[in-house]
Amino acid sequence: MKSLEELAAIRERMKNKVALREASGEIRIVVGMATCGIAAGARPVLNALVEAVSKEKLDNVTVTQTGCIGMCRLEPIVEVFVPDQERVTYVKMTPEKVPEVIEQHIKGGKPVVKYTIGAVEA
Amino acid sequence: MIRTQVMICGGTGCSSSNSMLIADRMEEEIVRQGLGDEVKVVRTGCFGLCALGPVMIVYPDGTFYSRVKVEDVPELVEEHLLKGRVVDRLVYKENEGDENVEVPSLQETGFYKTQQRVALHNCGLIDPENIEEYIAVDGYAALGKVLTEMTPEQVIQVMKDSGLRGRGGAGFPTGLKWEFAAKNKVPQKYVVCNADEGDPGAFMDRSVLEGDPHAVLEAMAIAGYAIGANKGYIYVRAEYPIAVKRLNIAIGQAREYGLLGENIFDSGFSFDIETRLGAGAFVCGEETALITSIEGNRGEPKAKPPFPANKGLFGQPTIINNVETLANIPQIFLKGPEWFASMGTEDSKGTKVFALGGKIVNTGLVEIPLGTTLREIIFDIGGGIPNGREFKAAQTGGPSGGCIPAKFLDTPIDYGNLTRIGSMMGSGGLIVMDDTTCMVDVARFFLDFTVDESCGKCTPCRIGTRRLLEMLDKITAGNGTLEDLDKMEELCNYIKANAMCALGQTAPNPVLSTLKHFREEYEAHVVEKRCPAGVCKKLLRYEIIPEKCKGCTKCARNCPVGAISGKVKEPHVIDQSKCIKCGACMDGCKFGAIIKK
Repeated sequence: MKSLEELAAIRERMKNKVALREASGEIRIVVGMATCGIAAGARPVLNALVEAVSKEKLDNVTVTQTGCIGMCRLEPIVEVFVPDQERVTYVKMTPEKVPEVIEQHIKGGKPVVKYTIGAVEA
Repeated sequence: MIRTQVMICGGTGCSSSNSMLIADRMEEEIVRQGLGDEVKVVRTGCFGLCALGPVMIVYPDGTFYSRVKVEDVPELVEEHLLKGRVVDRLVYKENEGDENVEVPSLQETGFYKTQQRVALHNCGLIDPENIEEYIAVDGYAALGKVLTEMTPEQVIQVMKDSGLRGRGGAGFPTGLKWEFAAKNKVPQKYVVCNADEGDPGAFMDRSVLEGDPHAVLEAMAIAGYAIGANKGYIYVRAEYPIAVKRLNIAIGQAREYGLLGENIFDSGFSFDIETRLGAGAFVCGEETALITSIEGNRGEPKAKPPFPANKGLFGQPTIINNVETLANIPQIFLKGPEWFASMGTEDSKGTKVFALGGKIVNTGLVEIPLGTTLREIIFDIGGGIPNGREFKAAQTGGPSGGCIPAKFLDTPIDYGNLTRIGSMMGSGGLIVMDDTTCMVDVARFFLDFTVDESCGKCTPCRIGTRRLLEMLDKITAGNGTLEDLDKMEELCNYIKANAMCALGQTAPNPVLSTLKHFREEYEAHVVEKRCPAGVCKKLLRYEIIPEKCKGCTKCARNCPVGAISGKVKEPHVIDQSKCIKCGACMDGCKFGAIIKK
């Protein structure tokens, strides 16, 4: 190790691998990963979310899984919990829809209404 | 992309109940279920809740599983890691048998809530065998700052300002120790890490070495820069194989990354570290004996002065710091000495790790700000005394310490207070005793230990402790007299005043403190020939109450020496001349017909 910059570079590279363990979890993104969700393609959605959160360095976001919510026909379901706000439920999610949700909702604070349960079911 | 990390405790406690096999199986199962790219298993150091091992935490959700078995692995992988369903039956519950599975996050539990982890900061958080994980949590940043921005004098000033005192026993101010060594202007000096943790029941140093070895290496390099040493030794017990292995891995990685070796951070400062294995002699935890042992000689103490800071290893100025002391140091430089000094009490700054053992629910490792009361440690964090028993005493400081009775439960724990109430901080072993513990027997246990471990160099310790033990044996056998108690006290004070090293000087403490606080128990043994706690076998009698005995013959069959006789359906009797007082009859009796007197 010849310089502080070298050390800082390793720290930056490793930081988000360890950050998972200290996640503040202010915003929680929960993916339904029961049999129904997995069959409908929840895993690629989950992975896309994890990758996007890490790429965008969103330290305040935790991505986790949950079991069956009960609306199996609308899977894959992704729910977003922001403190002091009503939760937002996205249905029939795909990896392609993920960047939009991250950009507009998680970063911009505006839910992507067209993917929510209200819009899809209406 | 890794979305979930499973942290499995790889400390000695959990490893001994198969946690490393669980980790291996988990990795196989994760691959088998196609999650190899999404889930990672990390083997960490000790979490602290050793009583519930093997333990694991799943991040990012933070689910805490306890008492996991190898057979549970497929279910955990399929349910939790694949489908996101928490396996309720394995989740840690604060109260055994609690139906409520809504467990607060780990930080909210009684065990962790009031803890403040400084020395144990990274234990359970990082993979100790991966230097990059340590760097990710600001590892080696303190060394970088010290080498590029500070002079050795400034480093020593920070240490003095922090108020850090040695965590190995005597509590000598660390900054002062460094200053003494720094003042000696000679070309060769040494930094030694004392990892010869020997107190029965204490295992904090082991856990730090196993969970965060790089913190110790980083602190030693800082110490080397401060005093002008370029060589360090870690003297660690050979009985700590996991710690030794991880230390050597850590040293290898630090060299590879140029954090040990020549010209670190291009500052012109060079420092290297080697491990030296101790063969397990208690006296080698004493600094002069430790030095003698590193030099390759039989581990015996030397008279002080000269102190090691002036004339230590190979005759050169040497500082010796304990593992836990060192583990605090990188944090002090990262967060500032004021931050460290803001914790603790007037004479004792910072936090202290205690190894909880004995009659306590949460056996394990806790770190609390100094000044916390014994009551908070034992009842709030430790979960209290199991089986509805009564607290009787707490033993701190191992064989050098003493027993603290219930009346001092609310005394804030720091170096000064512990000494004032007849015990000492020691390395931080805390053994809790309930009303089934005999205090005379406890004193006898520790004396037995010191007699065994006395190196034999000086007479007060070699012969004095043996005489003490003989008197304690006499008392627990029911042959003691009141004069013996006075004689014991006199001998204790004589040993304290005349033994050569700390081992001998402190060896009488367990006897003195129990004599002071529990004299009535000694007197019961001597005068009434009775052991109030029912521990001292020679003073015990097992008897059968004829009215309650149904004559089932179970006790007679259980008795290993054939001391019980009687006909079927008639009351039995115990032949006291044959009875070895093992208690097998009482344990087996369904009618409560056997009593212990």
